[in-house]
Amino acid sequence: MPTLIDNTRPKTQTRTAVSAAARAKGKSQAAGGLYKPRQPIYPKLVHGKWRTIKWAMLIATLAVYYVTPWIRWHRPDGFPQQAALVDFTGRRFYFFDIQLWPQEVYIFTGVLIAAALALFLVTALFGRLWCGYACPQTVWTDLYIVVERLFEGDRNARMRLDAAPWSFDKAWRKIGKHLVWLGIAFGTGGAWIFYFHDAPTLIRTFWIGQAPATAYVSCGLLTATTYIFAGWMREQVCTYMCPWPRIQGAMLDEHSLQVTYLRDRGETRGPHKKGQSWEGRGDCIDCRQCVVVCPMGIDIRDGSQLECINCGLCVDACDEMMVKVGRPTGLIAYDTDHAVASRACGQKSVYKPVRSRTVYYAAALAVVGGLTLWSLVTRPKADLHVIRDRNPIFVRMHDGAVRDGYTLKITNRTFVDRRFQIAFDGVAGARLSQPGGEPGRVSVLVPADQVASVRVFVTAPPAADLAASVPGRFIVRADGAAAEAKTVFLSGAANPQ
Amino acid sequence: MALERETDDHTGVETTGHEWDGIKELDNPLPRWWLWVWYGTIAFSIAYWVAMPAWPGLHGYTKGLLHKSDRAEVAQQLAALDVQRGAGAAMLRTASLEQIEKDPKLQAYAQQVGQSVFGDNCATCHGIGGTGGKGYPNLRDDVWLWGGKLEDIQYTITHGVRTGADGARMSQMPAFGRDELLKPEQIDDLTEYVVKLSGRPADAGAVARAAPIFATQCSACHGPEGKGNQQVGAPNLTDGEWLYGADRAAIRGQIFAGNGGVMPTWQGRLSPETIKALAVYVHSNAGGQ
Repeated sequence: MPTLIDNTRPKTQTRTAVSAAARAKGKSQAAGGLYKPRQPIYPKLVHGKWRTIKWAMLIATLAVYYVTPWIRWHRPDGFPQQAALVDFTGRRFYFFDIQLWPQEVYIFTGVLIAAALALFLVTALFGRLWCGYACPQTVWTDLYIVVERLFEGDRNARMRLDAAPWSFDKAWRKIGKHLVWLGIAFGTGGAWIFYFHDAPTLIRTFWIGQAPATAYVSCGLLTATTYIFAGWMREQVCTYMCPWPRIQGAMLDEHSLQVTYLRDRGETRGPHKKGQSWEGRGDCIDCRQCVVVCPMGIDIRDGSQLECINCGLCVDACDEMMVKVGRPTGLIAYDTDHAVASRACGQKSVYKPVRSRTVYYAAALAVVGGLTLWSLVTRPKADLHVIRDRNPIFVRMHDGAVRDGYTLKITNRTFVDRRFQIAFDGVAGARLSQPGGEPGRVSVLVPADQVASVRVFVTAPPAADLAASVPGRFIVRADGAAAEAKTVFLSGAANPQ
Repeated sequence: MALERETDDHTGVETTGHEWDGIKELDNPLPRWWLWVWYGTIAFSIAYWVAMPAWPGLHGYTKGLLHKSDRAEVAQQLAALDVQRGAGAAMLRTASLEQIEKDPKLQAYAQQVGQSVFGDNCATCHGIGGTGGKGYPNLRDDVWLWGGKLEDIQYTITHGVRTGADGARMSQMPAFGRDELLKPEQIDDLTEYVVKLSGRPADAGAVARAAPIFATQCSACHGPEGKGNQQVGAPNLTDGEWLYGADRAAIRGQIFAGNGGVMPTWQGRLSPETIKALAVYVHSNAGGQ
């Protein structure tokens, strides 16, 4: 793979080129410093199939982000009426009909692992679709460039403006752009916090200073990161900060679809005048349109690169030029390295989506996704945890009976109050009792969506011939919900030697 | 030795003039970020002197513009804690002991308060699990010296045992041996009698000899059948529970010396609400009588 050859950037001096004399002056010049200064990128607006898909994705992803917290969802009184809510105070996560407790975080873990595997699979099949179309960094940068274009014009106008001395015209365009950027950033941070609080309430309390401090801090943080990442850092986030471009190297292979310059067709490249013959040369007319539209500032003709986010804008740019010069489109296209190499040696190119890599990813995705779904669907409406008294582990009564104490924690995951009847099974003739409870009837009312803790005692009759440790289980039952848990009854008998 | 500064050929930077085995040190300036951090700390320290309590004086110290005081903050937090606990304390104050134990919410609250207070105040003698030890009653079983009802437990905690204070639980078993009220052989016989009472095999002759002694000396408190009397804190001698030990030596020792433990009065040290919570805690952990 060729190392980065970036024709849009002026050749920068490398460190070794700095002479001792230059250092002797004691000035650390940018060229000799640790960091390469960023070369600004001015992506040109392009039209075409992929750009249209990107616009659609931009609208769709932003719509999902901004609209989701405002969807109302009916739940019983006293519970949040918001469809998607991460309720930190109440320690619950609500998503439409799903309501998760903190201890069910494994379902989140499952979803996250499944999402990662889906990303692996998609990357192995179609390259970095996520980066090019769905990643927030891409979407918001796209949105910011729209604003930039609105104030400062397209590529050439922006370059001229940046090069021009300060004037009133330059000032209002720059200030206007940054103000709108900040507005969008604030909107982004502002929408984020609605996922964590009741949105209609928060939108009121936020402005009168009565929202929780976390809301202001989160909003501020998201505002800052949005403004900085999408406004100032842009492609540097992908190139330097994001781990995914590094990881994707392990997912991509020569059969992955990627934005590819078909060098078999394009070379030898060179300028082409109208009427000249196409014989003995490639289709690439070296117009550099693929470079000027690239939001990452790279030349796709250098081959597959770390920086490339696979957005396909160069495909649109190249197609437009090919139509103009009357050559077939698709000189830059979603294609595989293998296909390009095959055609270069005159063989037929084959697209091979089913290969061991994709099969493994798909299988892993199916397993993890299936397990997660299964655990979500089959999770019980009630939970029982038994905590055996450990001090004392048993108590001997005046008549020789032995009593063990247990604390039961009963979780009621439903939205209605339920009275759970408690039973103990395992010791013949044992009596179950509850402090303050009526004799013979051991039960506890667990309020909707809560955990109740109840102490119970199991008393084995006097002279019961029991082993030191007798296995037993507690069963709790209510209408429509039941749970059981294993435990042991310690009788105080000496352990057999 | 005069330090001779010279310019290093390779870098063009002056040296400090020191030389160690041919190694010279370049006199590079400090990194700028380091300098700025240093200036920053100086500025911060001056601001700190002005804003915060900083300098000791002969009578007190400089208070600083912010008048910060850790002591005042602790006092404030303690006051806030009292307010926070106020609601729970109010619930405990108005509810009866039975209501507390029957209401799951109050019961849970009382358990929490009781557990923590028990650990701080009672566990020293009764053990962290409340199972007691020699001379210290087990609070987890169904045997009670002074009564195991909620009110009895509340009374015992409030007033204590053998403290000498008004209202305290009071009883004293005579030291039959030490005070020479009974002869040693009579005590031996009585020991056999008590062993027999608890259903264990004993010397029949000794039991027969001790019967009249038990009737005159012991039954007033322990009852004619030795079943005890919670009014006077006299233990039941017929069950398997022995505060000072179950074997003959321990029983003889108890008849000889008439030991009786002292439990402090908790009135005045714990609030009435706390004592209520503690009573419910002890009662429910003992299975409730």
